[in-house]
Amino acid sequence: MTVANNIEGTTATLTVAGRVDTQTSGQLEEAIKGIGTDITKLILDMAGLEYISSSGLRVILMAQKMMNKQGEMIIKNVNSEVYEIFDITGFADILTIEQ
Amino acid sequence: MNEIRVTATMAEYDRVLRFVMDQVEAVNPSPALGMQIELVVEEIYVNIASYAYPDGNSDGKGMAVVQTEISSDTHELTLIFKDWGSKFNPLAKPDPDITLSADEREIGGLGIFLVKNNMDSVVYEYVDGMNTLTMKKRLD
Repeated sequence: MTVANNIEGTTATLTVAGRVDTQTSGQLEEAIKGIGTDITKLILDMAGLEYISSSGLRVILMAQKMMNKQGEMIIKNVNSEVYEIFDITGFADILTIEQ
Repeated sequence: MNEIRVTATMAEYDRVLRFVMDQVEAVNPSPALGMQIELVVEEIYVNIASYAYPDGNSDGKGMAVVQTEISSDTHELTLIFKDWGSKFNPLAKPDPDITLSADEREIGGLGIFLVKNNMDSVVYEYVDGMNTLTMKKRLD
């Protein structure tokens, strides 16, 4: 997995690619927590995300809870396999997903 | 039935995943199906590696067995995980409430829920001192 971080003003864009699983989800969690409390808009660009397991979902939910306190979170460019996981778990209803 | 027997540690995870996926990929499943099976292997194996043997694996015990079979006619995958750890039925836990808001939802608890949803059937048995989880899924 790779995470690229781009901050412009109070908007942070994290571009996530590869696999978010048990072995890599901690790295994503650190990147999300690392954007700091001044950010009011977090964009997660998942165009290159190939795989996500429950440990990755745990981090996404943590991020949504965090951004509910300080602004908003938008998820972009989710592929159909990952979207299906979001759908089954009810995440599609609690996340803001832009296709 | 093909079988792999490993020490139940995360160090063996890639080998277990490869063992299952090599057979699954041989019948050319859709990318969505492939990902579903991969996810099931991760969720179940990580649970065994993390919790089945709280005293560790250093004494040579603490094994996990993974068995697979794909029927040649219907391409039905049978995937079985066994361990000799503490008796634990992963299906006993209630499903998470997926209708709650983000703030109300608890972090975690989605692994087994995903397994149940991704497979056609999931059966737990405790047989001869082994936790045995038998899952089936049509791959066509």
